[in-house]
Amino acid sequence: MGRHDDQGRFMMNRLRTRGLTVCVLVVVGLFCLGPVLWQAVTSVKPDQDLVRLPPLFPERVTSVHYDRVLLKSSLPRSLANSMIVATSATVTAIVVGAFCAFALARLPITGKSVILGVALVTSMFPPIAVISPLYLLMRELGLRDTLVAVGLTHAVYSLPLAVWLLTSFFQQLPKELYQAARIDGCTPLQALLTVIFPLARPGLAVAALLVFIFSWNEFMFALTLTASDATRTAPVAVALFPGLYEIPWGDLAAASLVVTLPVAGLALGFQRHIIAGLTAGSVKG
Amino acid sequence: MAEVRIELIEKRIGQKTILPPLTLTVHDGEFFVLVGPSGCGKSTLLSLLAGLDQPTAGRILFDGVDVTDLEPRERDVALVFQSYALYPHMTVRENMAFPLTVVPRAKRLDRKRIEEEVERVAGFLGLSALLDRRPRELSGGQRQRVALGRALIRKPRLFLLDEPLSNLDAQLRASMRAELLRLHKELKVTTIYVTHDQTEAMTLGDRLVVLNQGRVQQIGRPHDIYAAPANLFVAGFMGYPPMNLLSARLGADSIRAGPLDLTRPPGMPPVDQAQSVTVGLRPEDLVVRPANGPGDEGNGLGVVRLTEPSGPTLWVTVELNDLNNEAFTIIGTAQAGFVPKIGERVAVSAPRTTLHLFDPTTEQRWGAG
Repeated sequence: MGRHDDQGRFMMNRLRTRGLTVCVLVVVGLFCLGPVLWQAVTSVKPDQDLVRLPPLFPERVTSVHYDRVLLKSSLPRSLANSMIVATSATVTAIVVGAFCAFALARLPITGKSVILGVALVTSMFPPIAVISPLYLLMRELGLRDTLVAVGLTHAVYSLPLAVWLLTSFFQQLPKELYQAARIDGCTPLQALLTVIFPLARPGLAVAALLVFIFSWNEFMFALTLTASDATRTAPVAVALFPGLYEIPWGDLAAASLVVTLPVAGLALGFQRHIIAGLTAGSVKG
Repeated sequence: MAEVRIELIEKRIGQKTILPPLTLTVHDGEFFVLVGPSGCGKSTLLSLLAGLDQPTAGRILFDGVDVTDLEPRERDVALVFQSYALYPHMTVRENMAFPLTVVPRAKRLDRKRIEEEVERVAGFLGLSALLDRRPRELSGGQRQRVALGRALIRKPRLFLLDEPLSNLDAQLRASMRAELLRLHKELKVTTIYVTHDQTEAMTLGDRLVVLNQGRVQQIGRPHDIYAAPANLFVAGFMGYPPMNLLSARLGADSIRAGPLDLTRPPGMPPVDQAQSVTVGLRPEDLVVRPANGPGDEGNGLGVVRLTEPSGPTLWVTVELNDLNNEAFTIIGTAQAGFVPKIGERVAVSAPRTTLHLFDPTTEQRWGAG
């Protein structure tokens, strides 16, 4: 009888815990995704409904905002710029980072931990602290208002992250594989290209993805270093949407969603790999 | 194929000595075994030979040519790792072809020749049916073979094996040992084999070196080392079950080792006065008989603590007490047909005069020098 009671209480407790979990998840979910939903709703509302409440949901759905941002604004150009900047920043950071990381993980270098520490410290600098000298530097180099300036800055700024991530990834590959490649006749570079990189592909993909997302979303450097529609990246373009006398809420919402979609898609698609990559080491490959 | 000379090679990391200065010669075409307990520096020595690690001092010569500063790929050595280190993203075929595909283009064989070589070595090792599998789809023994194949395919001057059999089960280990010997007989490549297993060392090596804490304890043919261990470490390390080591007094015409009275071996130089020595007796030289049989006088009486049947022989661990009631534990062989029970009273004798004497202070073989 007592046992029955215990079981009942146990079930009650379980239900209560389950209920609480669901509540918390719903609240957190609304808190995080609410603004996005709001934006999605806003982006399809006709102009005259925008500043009225109710209705919460539009009675008529319109694509006029999407038409405007995709066909009549400079957003497509900015998206292309973002794509160029993010891709080149990713390629640069991963190529340079992979070589650095491999050296730090496997080659006999003194002061490895110091080097890694310095890399970590530089990544801790708030961007605002380096932005004035960076601007002056780029101006002197004649790179102001170019995509090269933005891409390069993004690559440099995300390099420590790439190096750290890849170093730990390379360290998890068995040392013997590198040694075996060397014995089998590889130069260090050959061993790296034929054995280490193929095996580190998941790690390289994760690092690349994180750098890409960082670069795509980055705002302050891009804002400071660009000055024309020809070089603006998407986040900057969206931020400059508001006109002098009015704020085009609908266009803004549509543009924001269009800009968010690629990275959100990437993040969702590679979610499993990103988590696996970030926690690698606890599990044997 | 090469003669390998190691001259005063030494490895230190900071203040820590990994390998004290060591000198060694391995003859051309020899199967040479480095044996010692883990941490004795044998794997370090192998890394130095392969060129994966740089010595702090000393030289390594292949056929008289100094290779100390050469890269692994310039030394033309092959190494089989304990973990096999197969490339997981490549098939067996690609793994085995790898050493041939990474050579500089000018010296590289053409594709067809490489493919032929792979087929040839695969046939030789019984891997022909597995060429398109990946390492994770293979059993331990098959992986081992692939690792051997990858090492053999480019006919290295020197073949290094780092505990290659330790991840295999006992039966496979025995058959792979036979296989390794066959390979060595056919290819006659100078082979250096590292192991902590003295049985492997005894059965495989033309010659072997026993290492302890980086120091050479003894170099010689397996049988010579077994028959005349140079010091207490070698005596205790080589052979299973391990040699019984008892402190004893050496008299004018007798040796009293605790509870055992032993005959002096013939030809042993006389001693002026009683000397303390350490006596080593191999378990196969000690016979365990039922107690109260004929000729018990002068033999140790004791109690059986453990019996270990091992094929034709039955090892018996016996606890003996000497006159001062001090306990000794020794391992002997049961007399033919005698199956002692645990707790049974037995007599132990050393009918043969094959005993080993060691100086208890220097731990060296007595009278050796």
